[in-house]
Amino acid sequence: MKEKLIVIIDYNLGNLFSVKHACDHVGLNTVTSNDVELINKADALILPGVGAFGEAMNNINELDIKESIVNRAKEGVPLLGVCLGLQLLFEESEEFGHQEGLGLLAGSVKRLPSSSSDGQKFKVPQISWNTIHGESKPWSSTILNSVDDGEYFYFVHSYYVSPSDESEILCTTEYAGIKYCSGIMKNNIIAVQFHPEKSGEKGISVYRNWAIQNDLI
Amino acid sequence: MSVYRVIPRLDIKGPNLVKGIHMEGLRVLGQPDRFAEYYYQTGADELIFMDVVASLYGRNSLKDIISLTAKKIFIPLTVGGGLRTLEDINEVLRAGADKVCLNTAAINDPDIIKNASKKFGSSTIVVAIEAIKESNGKYLAYTDNAREYTGVDVFEWAERVQDMGAGEIYITSVDREGTGEGFDLELIKEIASKASIPVIAHGGAGKVQHVIDSIQSGGADAVSVASLLHYETINQLKADTDSNQKEGNTEFLKNARSFNSIQATSLQDIKSQMINAGISCRQLG
Repeated sequence: MKEKLIVIIDYNLGNLFSVKHACDHVGLNTVTSNDVELINKADALILPGVGAFGEAMNNINELDIKESIVNRAKEGVPLLGVCLGLQLLFEESEEFGHQEGLGLLAGSVKRLPSSSSDGQKFKVPQISWNTIHGESKPWSSTILNSVDDGEYFYFVHSYYVSPSDESEILCTTEYAGIKYCSGIMKNNIIAVQFHPEKSGEKGISVYRNWAIQNDLI
Repeated sequence: MSVYRVIPRLDIKGPNLVKGIHMEGLRVLGQPDRFAEYYYQTGADELIFMDVVASLYGRNSLKDIISLTAKKIFIPLTVGGGLRTLEDINEVLRAGADKVCLNTAAINDPDIIKNASKKFGSSTIVVAIEAIKESNGKYLAYTDNAREYTGVDVFEWAERVQDMGAGEIYITSVDREGTGEGFDLELIKEIASKASIPVIAHGGAGKVQHVIDSIQSGGADAVSVASLLHYETINQLKADTDSNQKEGNTEFLKNARSFNSIQATSLQDIKSQMINAGISCRQLG
């Protein structure tokens, strides 16, 4: 069988080595690239990311890879978004004014509040382990197959996503007095706000599940 | 509800894990990658590696340790010590670090905080502040592992690094470091109460209650500990003395002595005592 090719999309922002390490560990054949040809022939795509939404979209537009990513996702190629990669899938962000995203998912990206309604202060960015919880969508046969409700994952972010279609929500997390979407799934598109590659063995199992469920290893 | 992190700190000198008191008198404890793996397996939330003599000896062995560690340890790794330029930062990130810790370079040229956080993302840039309390009660920031006087006021500096784009502040009380006397709660509280970014407390943990105090009284978002864990870990790992004789003072290790002021413990014990004290944290299932 021909080895599957997974492209970790490199839009010149942040540190992608930890995603690559985690993929290597579960046996995924990955290339970190922003080459349109590679994106167009990849068997699956990973959209990672740490940093600012606006800068990320600027880079994606400058590299002229937006159309390829969107087209491949619409063709049904497995697409895994991580952290900023989750946020970029949405239509728009309120980060530094209005910013347009990839528009693959309906909804918007909002800033985490720095205090809860009872006045308690919260640090933004959230740089912390936090728990994820199930909503209506069952986790069996998803990337969270091996994960228990209430499991801890590592989060680093200042913004969160607010999907229009709540039935797409895979898991939620609470911070600063709000409950927000920390994982989403729509057909071949799956994305998480936390960093599975930095969340210990449970996190690695998320990559492994994705690889197995999409027949990538 | 906030979740609090416990971050083992590994001071590196050449190929070895070392530990000092007040950042001096370094003793060899063992192989850093073995300690790192043990901490990963027992529930560390992150790890921080500090090359304590980087400016004197170069960084190659640190990079080797990082790349070895990053392949098998899937929690955030922060690396500091002797990073002077954006290229230095890029090198350790390429080796497998997730965040870098800046001190000397940041004080010498604060613009590096702004430039690095723009290039690599704020959450990648941790600024370490090494504080010494002067006889007049004022806290001043030191550099080069507390060897160099700068005259910079710690609290003004903490505010400035935040404005420059740092993602976290790592505050060390040099006076308490390695002593086991407990954190300098006055110092931590003053910084944590004003900061809008997470503050990591370091320096002085001698028993689990000190960790709890730094969160409950000091307001720290995360706690970094070294001696508190290392001396227990030595026993667990039954450190291979042969491989630790490459360089440095190994008498301490061979004698297997510990400091009376440090009640060595494990990560599991720290976490369960935190939970008992009502502090949320991640425990391995």
